[in-house]
Formats: sequence, structure tokens, C-alpha cells
Amino acid sequence: MNAEPQRLTVASDQDVVRVRQLVRTVAVAVKLSLVDQTKLVTAASELARNTLVYGGGGTVEVDRVDNGRRAGIRIAFVDSGPGIADVNLALTDGYTTGGGLGLGLSGARRLVDEFDIDTEPGRGTSITVTKWCR
Amino acid sequence: MALGTDEIGRFAGFLKEHEAALVESWSHRVADGLRGRLSQTELNRQIEELFRALSEALDGGAGTVEDPNAAELRAVLSELSRSRARQGFTSTETAVSVFALKDALLAAMDARQADAGTLRDFIAFSALIDELGLFTFASYAAAREELIADQAEELLELATPVVKLWEGVVAVPLVGTLDSARAQVVMERLLDALVTTGSPYAIIDITGVPAVDTQVAQHLLKTVVAARLMGADCIISGIRPQIAQTIVALGIEFGDIATKASLADALRHVLRLSGVDTRRNGRKDG
Ligand SMILES: Nc1ncnc2c1ncn2[C@@H]1O[C@H](COP(=O)(O)OP(=O)(O)OP(=O)(O)O)[C@@H](O)[C@H]1O
Ligand SMILES: [Mg+2]
Repeated sequence: MNAEPQRLTVASDQDVVRVRQLVRTVAVAVKLSLVDQTKLVTAASELARNTLVYGGGGTVEVDRVDNGRRAGIRIAFVDSGPGIADVNLALTDGYTTGGGLGLGLSGARRLVDEFDIDTEPGRGTSITVTKWCR
Repeated sequence: MALGTDEIGRFAGFLKEHEAALVESWSHRVADGLRGRLSQTELNRQIEELFRALSEALDGGAGTVEDPNAAELRAVLSELSRSRARQGFTSTETAVSVFALKDALLAAMDARQADAGTLRDFIAFSALIDELGLFTFASYAAAREELIADQAEELLELATPVVKLWEGVVAVPLVGTLDSARAQVVMERLLDALVTTGSPYAIIDITGVPAVDTQVAQHLLKTVVAARLMGADCIISGIRPQIAQTIVALGIEFGDIATKASLADALRHVLRLSGVDTRRNGRKDG
């Protein structure tokens, strides 16, 4: 069960596609339902694109996890970009500084089971999400 | 770490002294790694060319791969990476073509009898070879990216057909990732088709799109708005259950844009709007 975590660099749009593909593969391997696979892949797509666009690039690490009762996937998105000064504001539906829909961050949080954000202006942003098998 | 002038001189001298043996054992080791997927003649030619470029760079006093006198060597390494990438070799197989020189050097130095000075030289030479290997690795990656970009562009052209489904109805079935470049092509083609066919209806079918995130949604919304500006009505079809649930959780709203589960549903919908009876028995609705 303890397969090695897999790491990808996010520096271009193509890398975001790679993140989606990797997450899809691992989601299938841990037997997430089709709906949960799609939700997780979509959340990963949002967060990886934020890493690229706002974080100036970074890394994504995909890990299989097991809490004794259930299997799941944990994904960490890490950048050393400008960070987020007001996390609550950034997590508000419709808030965007980049002309987007402003739904990526808040929507991704609704698509996963656990969502942790660690960010500080000037230091960067690290977001970790987990989805458990039902 | 750059080689010192003395080390460069000794490296160049060693290569000259052992040229025949080195080229032979270097090619041999590379051939092993590639397991016959490249002809021996082709391989020998490449190794000889590399050997010559390396010797010339050292003769010119180059102690690092970035040295101006190593320009020709870099060109040879880039060309090697490009041809390996095109022939479908992996990055490891490609880099090994360079790293194998280390084994060849060690064999030629006869490690068992080598004194401390010789071994120190070997370590210094190895550092330069490592640099060359990493350079090769990087150019391989760049070459692959180029190849992929070329292929993606070809796919872009192929994968966005706009078809006339019915009198007054054009449809574009989307398959794969809808990134910005692709979305732009789709929008242009669709608007073009609306004009040339004079169709009042367009159906965008997303059955083949694996995930709809905010970027894809935004592209779809923009395309629909553009079509509206040209007087056409757009329907989005092929929204599978898992995609529908994800869109709802993300919070994306399609507003008053008509959406249908399948392309057939969408076609039925526009035909009804335009007054064509789609029931088998031919009776009018209502
Ligand atoms: N990794 C990050 N580093 C710095 N700022 C970020 C990061 N991720 C998000 N933000 C900030 O949070 C805002 C909201 O992000 P969110 O993903 O919700 O919206 P968006 O990317 O602007 O639009 P959408 O994702 O809907 O296309 C962003 O506009 C940006 O200002
Ligand atoms: Mg976003």
C-alpha cells in the first residue's frame, strides 16, 4: 500500500495536464468511484493551475494514504510565490485577481474531503488535499 | 566545477594516447545499453564525432560545458539528443551514451595499477563528463517538448471538426483537453461555420472532455457568448453525471445556456425549437 509518492514539477500548461493524468491514474488505482475521481482530478487541475499562474510554478506530490479504515489520496501543491495575504478572501466564491471565475480555490475545497492551506506573504503557498474512498 | 588548465591538458593527452581503444570500448558500452536498436555504423559514427568534438574542446582549453570553446561539442550533444528523442529512445538511454565514456576511461586507466594522481584525474575528468551528460539530458527533454508541441499542434487541427448536423444546426464534438490554444481554435472554427452555413444553432458536445474545471468552463462560456453575438443559439451537450456533479460542487453556473445530457437530446431540442417534428409518427407537438 505504501507506494512511493510521485512528484511533478509544474512550470507550464502541459505540466498541469500531466498532474491531471497522474491524479487520474492514482485515483483509479486506489479505487475511488468515478464521481470522486472526476472531483479529485478537477480539484487538482484548479490547484495546479493556481500554483502555475499565481505561485509562478512549483511542485505537486501525489501520495497514496491509508488511515487504517480507508484508503485515499493526498496531494500537496507547493510554490514559493507571493503567498496569499487574506486566505478567507481568496476562498470566497467569485474572488479573483487574475480575471478568472474565482471558483478554483473555493471550489477545490468543496471537491475534496480535507483541505489544508499554509501560506504567508513573501514565503509561498502550500495546499494539501485528501480524498478518501467511500 | 571547472577543470584546471593542467587537468584539461592531461585529459586531452589521455584521449589522444588511447584514442582507438577508448572509441572502441565507448561504442561497445553504448551499444550494450541500446540493445541493437541503432545500427553499429551509425553508433560508431556518433561516438567518433563526439570523441572528436570533445578532444577539440579540450584542445581549445574548455574546462566546462559552457565554455565558448565547447560550442561545437554542445552542438554535437544537442544533435545527438534530438535524434535519440526522435527515434524514441528514453532520456536515460540517451544520457548513458555520454556517461559510458567514464567506464571506458576507467578501463583504459587500468584502475588496479593506477596511482593516486591518475585516480584524482579520473575524478576530475568524470566531473566534466557528468556535466556533458546533464547537458544531454536537458537537451533531450527540450527536444521531446518540441516533438510533443508539434504533435499537439497537428492534433489541434485534426481534433476540432465542425460538422453540419442538420439544416441550420452545426456541432463541434470536443475530445480531450480544452486548453486555451485549443479553445481559441474551436471558437474560430465554430464562428466560421456559423457564418458559412448561416446556421442559427450550434451544439458543443463535451462527451469527450475528461474534466470540466473553471478554465474549460470559462472557455465554453466565452464561446457561447461569441456565438450569441453572431445571432446563434448554443447548446452544450454530453454532460455526463460525474461532470455534472463536479460542476455543481465547483460552483460554476451556466446561467440560461441550454445544456443536454447527450448530443441526440441536444439535436432533438433544437429541432423542436425550429419547428421540425422529431416524433416517429409524424404528428405535431401540442
Ligand atoms: N498559489 C497561489 N499563490 C498566490 N495567490 C493565489 C494562489 N492561489 C490562489 N491565489 C489567489 O487567490 C485568488 C482566487 O483563486 P481561485 O483559484 O479561486 O480563482 P482564480 O484562479 O482567480 O480563477 P479560477 O480558478 O476560477 O479560474 C486568485 O485570483 C489569486 O489571487
Ligand atoms: Mg484558479
